[in-house]
Amino acid sequence: MTLVDTAVAADAAPARVDDGAERNVARLRLPSGLGLGVSVLWLSLLILIPLAAVVSKSFAGGWSGFWDAVTNAQALATLRLTVVISLIVTVINAVMGTVVAWVLVRDDFPGQRAVDTIIDIPFALPTIVAGLVLISVYGPDSPIHANIYATRLAVALALLFVTLPFVARSVQPVLVELDTDAEQAAACLGAGGFTTFRRIVLPQLLPAIASGAGLGFARAMGEYGSVLLISGGLAHTQVTSLYAYGRIQNYDYVGASAVSTVLLAVSFVVLLGLDILQRRARRRG
Amino acid sequence: MSIEARNISKRFGSFVALDDVDLTVKPGRLTALLGPSGGGKSTLLRIIGGLEEADSGRVFIEGVEATNLPAQRRNVGFVFQHYAAFKHLSVYRNVAFGLEIRKRPKAEIRRRVDELLALVHLEQFADRLPAQLSGGQRQRMALARALAVEPKVLLLDEPFGALDAKVRKELRDWLRRLHDEVHVTTIFVTHDQEEALEVSDELVVINQGRIEQVGTPDELYDHPANDFVMGFIGEVTELGGRPVRPHDIEIFTAPAEGTVAAEVVRLNRVGFQVRADLRAGDEQPWAQLTRSQAESLGLEAGREVWLRATTG
Repeated sequence: MTLVDTAVAADAAPARVDDGAERNVARLRLPSGLGLGVSVLWLSLLILIPLAAVVSKSFAGGWSGFWDAVTNAQALATLRLTVVISLIVTVINAVMGTVVAWVLVRDDFPGQRAVDTIIDIPFALPTIVAGLVLISVYGPDSPIHANIYATRLAVALALLFVTLPFVARSVQPVLVELDTDAEQAAACLGAGGFTTFRRIVLPQLLPAIASGAGLGFARAMGEYGSVLLISGGLAHTQVTSLYAYGRIQNYDYVGASAVSTVLLAVSFVVLLGLDILQRRARRRG
Repeated sequence: MSIEARNISKRFGSFVALDDVDLTVKPGRLTALLGPSGGGKSTLLRIIGGLEEADSGRVFIEGVEATNLPAQRRNVGFVFQHYAAFKHLSVYRNVAFGLEIRKRPKAEIRRRVDELLALVHLEQFADRLPAQLSGGQRQRMALARALAVEPKVLLLDEPFGALDAKVRKELRDWLRRLHDEVHVTTIFVTHDQEEALEVSDELVVINQGRIEQVGTPDELYDHPANDFVMGFIGEVTELGGRPVRPHDIEIFTAPAEGTVAAEVVRLNRVGFQVRADLRAGDEQPWAQLTRSQAESLGLEAGREVWLRATTG
């Protein structure tokens, strides 16, 4: 290429760059547009459409039908039980999950790897099997004479079992990454172990704890399999998922959908709240 | 506010980090622990600060035994290589941390923190989070935080190690000035001999878990106790089988008393200085001289010269 050619090419360059830019955008648009379309379709088929169907079903009898379905004595009792137990379970999980993660990351003891694996068992086990396992230990034939069959405590225990991994698993990687120099710096500044944990470590773990607790809460709200057997099928231990199943058995689809919609709304609000909390924490870097 | 470490030994598995080390640091001074990486200097600093426990030996701070005191109760300021910032707290809250722990009145905390932020030139960054600061700013914040509790001693572990060369140089000068202002007994660990020579009042050279020599920068440079210290502090070359400073090699154009014959292999001029690579028998010493010296001697590659070490 001669000098003149180069100069001409340089003069023409801006126009070409513009052309190129447009083509680039067009080329990017197709695959990314496709990806977006596929994921929206996928989410719609799996989540949005079924959920919308449930919500619309619950209003099949109009607002008053919905209201009656969720405010009748039994529906209200199961909803209250489910939400309260789920909240209690979530708080216990937030504490115990953090403790378990701490022990796994910061302590050094024989069998650590085994414990690390055991934590995932509640995820791997079919929930109905989890229920059976709990009954065999805490049921009427309890080998340790701890029969709590058909009590609310048993429901809570089943929920604690299935939601154990959430907080532990979300806190663990954050704890691994945490800079221990900061804790030593706090110690040099006169902070004791507890103060250092509360003021330096905990604030940095909080987003992970919140995220794990949120997932655990949502899971507890909808849990069915593990509570089915150990709750004993009595009215005072009936959680909403069991109640909804009972409604379906009686062909009361509106009643089942209505309480499901309430569960959905509560879970959504909790997840949204935790998400806002995390965003706020993340902005702090 | 002296610091004394007596008979300190520390092993990590089979690795001997410190082998029966004795160290006395004079009050109000800025002392550098200098040595190659893995030589034990950081371990010694951490033992003095209570962040690491010695296998044997005792630590005294201001004459009071601190061997069994946890870091929390030693009242030392510690600055870490990677800042150890409290990432979720603002610069102001980072600096205030030690005072808040001590439950000082709010007004007093505010006055003291403002004073310290001014000292480290971070007044306008009080509300920022550490992530929004540069490395040099973060380390200055860490220094202010350590100074806030009025520690008896200030311990700095490779404080400029994570910074780039230009910032390192600036902070080094600044630390020197800061120390002249606050006068707190300071020990600082570095593997950079230039940094140690420039900043410290006193140098402690540590190698392979032992103290090689203690002295002022001049003493160590002019009278190194052994070849290791000589090689570690300042440039060194070899003439007549002995280590010698390159600027202590005298060059003659004719034989003189005590000289050896040599040939100039190469001349390399860097600004005002000239580096002459030489060959004397089977030795290849190099000499450092000024441009005018090289010119008056008429040095050039291939020329025959005679060498003599002026000292040592």
